[in-house]
Amino acid sequence: MPYRHWGVAFLIFILVAIAPAARAQQSQDDRIKALEERIIALEGQVRMLKAQQQPAAPAPATPEVAAAPVASAAGQAGALPVYGGASAAAKALNPDISVIGDFLGSMGHNPMLPTPAFQMHESEVGLQAIIDPYARGDFFLSFGEEGVNLEEGYITLTALPAGFVVRGGKMRAAFGKVNTLHNHVLPWADRPLVTNSLVGGEDGIDDAGLSVTRILPAPKGLFLEATGQVFRGDSADVFSSSQRSDVSAIAHLRGYRDLTESTNLDIGASYARGHNDLGSRFLTQLYGVDATLRWKPLRRSIYHSFVGRGEFIWSQRQQLPRLQRSFGFYTSGDYQLGRRWFAGARYDRSDRSRDDALTDSGASLVLTYWPSEFSQLRGQYRLTRYAEHFDAHEFLMQLQFSLGAHGAHPF
Amino acid sequence: MKVVRTMIALLVLALLAVPLASAKKLNVVTSTTDLAALAQEVGGDRISVESIAKGYQDPHFVEAKPSFLLKLRQADLLISVGLELEIGWLPPLITQCGNARVQVGAPGYLDASQFAEILEKPTGQITRAMGDVHPLGNPHYWLDPDNGRRVAKGIAAKLGELDPPDSGYFQQRFADFDKRLTAAEKNWDEQMKLFRGRQVVTYHNSWTNFSKHFGLNVVGYIEPRPGIPPTPQHTIDIIQMMRRDNIKVMLIEPYFDLKTPNSIGRETGAQVLVLLPSVGGEKQVTDYFKLFDYDIGLLTKAFNATK
Repeated sequence: MPYRHWGVAFLIFILVAIAPAARAQQSQDDRIKALEERIIALEGQVRMLKAQQQPAAPAPATPEVAAAPVASAAGQAGALPVYGGASAAAKALNPDISVIGDFLGSMGHNPMLPTPAFQMHESEVGLQAIIDPYARGDFFLSFGEEGVNLEEGYITLTALPAGFVVRGGKMRAAFGKVNTLHNHVLPWADRPLVTNSLVGGEDGIDDAGLSVTRILPAPKGLFLEATGQVFRGDSADVFSSSQRSDVSAIAHLRGYRDLTESTNLDIGASYARGHNDLGSRFLTQLYGVDATLRWKPLRRSIYHSFVGRGEFIWSQRQQLPRLQRSFGFYTSGDYQLGRRWFAGARYDRSDRSRDDALTDSGASLVLTYWPSEFSQLRGQYRLTRYAEHFDAHEFLMQLQFSLGAHGAHPF
Repeated sequence: MKVVRTMIALLVLALLAVPLASAKKLNVVTSTTDLAALAQEVGGDRISVESIAKGYQDPHFVEAKPSFLLKLRQADLLISVGLELEIGWLPPLITQCGNARVQVGAPGYLDASQFAEILEKPTGQITRAMGDVHPLGNPHYWLDPDNGRRVAKGIAAKLGELDPPDSGYFQQRFADFDKRLTAAEKNWDEQMKLFRGRQVVTYHNSWTNFSKHFGLNVVGYIEPRPGIPPTPQHTIDIIQMMRRDNIKVMLIEPYFDLKTPNSIGRETGAQVLVLLPSVGGEKQVTDYFKLFDYDIGLLTKAFNATK
C-alpha cells in the first residue's frame, strides 16, 4: 500500500514540476512568436515609410550592418555622424528615371527620305513621379541628332471629382493611335506613310495645352471614353499659329470591349482642327478612325499574341487655289511567335496633304527579337512606291535599349 | 407646376440614393486572386471583391486593359501585392481610372506587402544583369500561410477603417479565419513534415516563401535568371546538377511553357509538377485553403513516388 501512496505522490510531484516548465516553454514560444510578428509588422512599416519618401532610416542598407557594431561598441558607433544620411533621404524624393536608346541603321536607296546609314535616332529620358496626393508628373525629353526636344511634359490631376482626369503641359495629342505613341513602343522602326504625309510625321501633333478625359456611362462591359484637348496650335507641319486665337482642338472618342478573356476590340474616332502655315484664315481639319484587335491567351500570355490594327485618316487642308482633300491609311498585323520573337507586316497608302493628286504607297515586313524585356533588335524591309513613279527598297535595322526604372507596358 | 414638383421629387430621390448607395457593400478590387480570396475571407457578405489578374496568368505581365478601368472606377478599395510585382500594368490603370479614392496614398489604396514577411531583399549593388530582379524583395510572399494570416489581418483592419460600423464583423471574421487557417496549417505541416529538406528545382523563383514555410530546399531554377527564358547551356547545367544530386521534382508555374521542363524530366527521370502559385490556377482551387490543399497534395504524391 505505501507503494501506491508513494507512486501517487511521485506522479503528483512530477505533474506539479513539469506543468509550469511546459507552460514556461509554451509561453516563451508564444512570446518569441509575438516578437516575430512585431518585427515583421515593423519591417513592413519601414518599407512603407521609405516608399512614402520620408527620411525613416539614414541609408537603406545601414540598419542591418550597423546593428552589430552598435551592440559591441555602442559609445563609439553612436557618436559618429552618419554621412550621407540627408542625401539618402533626399534621394528618396527623386523621380523614377529611365533612358531609352533608339539606334537606327538604314540600307538601300531613297532620295525622298535620305536618312543616314547609322544614326543615334533618339535618346529619350523619362522622369516620372507622383507629385502630391492629387497629381502625378511625367517628363519625356528626347535627345535627337540635332538637339533636345521636350517630347512631353505634363501634370495629370488624378483626384478630381466626377471621374475627370485633366492634363496640362506639352503632350502628344489624342488623335488616333500612332500619334499618341512614343517611338520605342511602335511595332515598327519607322512611322507609317499616312502619319508622315497627313499627321506631322514623327513629331506628330504634339503641342502645349490642356486635356480633359472622362469615362462615359455605357452598357455593361463596354468601355467608352471621351477626350477633349485644346492646344496652342503649333504642331510640326500640320498646324501653325500666327496669333493667340489660332488654337487647335482635338476630340477623341474611344470604345473598347473584351470579346473573350483573350480577345478584345478597341475602336476610336478622332477629330482635329487647327490653322495651317498659310495663316489664320486657312484651316486644316483631320478626321480619323482607328481599330485594334488584340489576342493574347492568358495562360500563355508571355509566349503568343496577335495585334491587328488599322488607322484611316482624312485631311482637309484649305489652301490656294483650292481645298485639298487627302486620304491615307495603314493596316498591320503583328504575331508573337515565341517568348522573344515577333513577326509583322504593314501596308501603307496615303495622299499628300498639300497635293491630293499625289499618292504614295508602301509595304513592310518586320522581325523583332527581344533578348530581355529591356532590349530589342528589329529588322524591317520597306518598299515605298512614290507618286513620282519610283520604288525605294530599304532595309532598316533598329536597336533599342532601356535603362533605369521599369516603365509600364503600353496597351 | 406638376413638372417642377416631379423634378423636386426626383432630386430628393437622387439625394436619398447617395446615402443608400454608401450603405451598400464595399467594392474591393485586388490585383491578384490571392488577395481577393483573403479579402473575401474577412469581408464576408459586407464586401464584393474582384481580382484584375486571373489565377492562371503571370502576374508580372498583365495587360492594362480599359475594361479594368471600369472596375477600378467603382472601387472603394484597391489592394495590391506591391514590391513592384504589378509595376508593368497597375500604375497606368490607377492614373487613368479617375477615381480619387484608390490613388496611391489615398485611404482606399492598400499595399498588402507591408503586412508580410518579405524574403530575398537584395543587399548591395543590384543590376539588371541579374535579370528582372525585384529591388524591394521577393513579391511571391502570399505562398506562406503565415503571411496569408498577416495580410488578412491587415485587410480586416483596413475594411474596418473604411466601414466603421462593420469593423467588429470584420474582426470576428478574421478571428474565425485565423482559427481555420491554424488548423489547416497544422494539417499541411504534418503532411509535409516527412519531406522537409527535400531538394527541388523551380522554373521562376516564385516559391521562396512557400519553401521557407514547408522546408523545401530550392537548389536551382530553370530560368537562368529571373525573367530570362531557359538557355541550352543553363539547361544542361541543371540536368547535370539534378543527376548528380538526385533531384526528382520540378515545380512549374501554370503560365510557363512545359517544353524545357519536360525535356529535363526525360533526361533526369524527374517529375514535372504544375504547382499553382495563385487561387484560381485551376477551376477547383477557389479559395486560399484549397490552394495549399492542391499544392501540398501534388507535392506529397510526387515526393512519395520519388523516394
